[in-house]
Amino acid sequence: MRKYLLLLLMSAAISSSAQIKTLVVGQSAPFFTLRNVDNKLISFNSYPKAKGFIIVFTCNTCPVAKAYEQRIIELGKKMAPLGYPVLAVNPNDADISSGDSFAKMQARAKDKNYPFPYLYDAGQRVTNMYGATKTPQLFIAQKTKKGLIIQYTGAIDDDQELENPGRTKYVERAVAALNANKLPAIKATKAIGCSVKRAD
Amino acid sequence: MRTLFRCWIIFCLIFTVMPRVNAQTVKLLTLNQLDQRIKQGRDTTYIVNFWATWCAPCLKELPYFEKLGANLKNKKVKIFLVSADTKSKLEKAVIPLAKRLKLKNEVFLLNEKSQQVYIDRVDKSWSGALPATLFINKAKRKREFYEKEFTYAELLKTYNSI
Repeated sequence: MRKYLLLLLMSAAISSSAQIKTLVVGQSAPFFTLRNVDNKLISFNSYPKAKGFIIVFTCNTCPVAKAYEQRIIELGKKMAPLGYPVLAVNPNDADISSGDSFAKMQARAKDKNYPFPYLYDAGQRVTNMYGATKTPQLFIAQKTKKGLIIQYTGAIDDDQELENPGRTKYVERAVAALNANKLPAIKATKAIGCSVKRAD
Repeated sequence: MRTLFRCWIIFCLIFTVMPRVNAQTVKLLTLNQLDQRIKQGRDTTYIVNFWATWCAPCLKELPYFEKLGANLKNKKVKIFLVSADTKSKLEKAVIPLAKRLKLKNEVFLLNEKSQQVYIDRVDKSWSGALPATLFINKAKRKREFYEKEFTYAELLKTYNSI
């Protein structure tokens, strides 16, 4: 029994110290198919005309994600016509974070009238492929000759609490640069967020 | 007699309230000031926990840092609880929470303008997710950073190993 307990503890220590590798600019964006809140399956192929994608890891429960919710909605409306639709993925395990269940996601998307798909990541597979560590966390991927390449990672802007009218809108600038056949001047940013709630 | 009784009550109040008030003040702290505190401090081990009033897993682990602080009272260790809330939350949220939880470790509010700058400065491996904790052993010149939520057992283990 004791041996078994020790083994269990050891495996727990190993799994919790396993490093999450977050994808960086220049790497290709892994393909995924996930279930949307309307029960339809969504993948990059659902948008044949898109020039790229804004993949946002966000959730129902994180106060920072909530503070950014309206800005993500506006991004969704503004960026899709520019060729960069928003795909929102909820990275939290619903058993650990009950507020992030599929039913709660459906309610939230309906309530706020999300203009983008809000995808349920069963088993946190896509979350782990991208190495998302927090909400909100963003990846902009561009269709290139080499495939779908990540051109920006990080935050939406540098003004979490909407205190600074002179905020830098990283994502809008990045998309504008890509549409002008340039690379974003700022390609990676960091901001405080809620840790992804991982299954034990 | 009545005045004497009143004086006694006031005396008691002052002495019961005073230490608590002291323990629960929340000061602003820049990273430069944090560096200085660690550099000039007499303790060997410094544990700096980054948290926020809105972060549920942070609030879950705060009692473990309190327990560790109490259990290591006679050791050369210092625990700083550094809130990453914005300054506007100091009076409204951070101080009331520190009072409600009766925090005995020193509580600060991070006085830095740019998350972009300070996250990297604390540690390059920090993505910005909370909670996060920095362990420093001055004698061994060791520095370990963890972007994770701790249990008490893990906290004690990490303290012992650094």
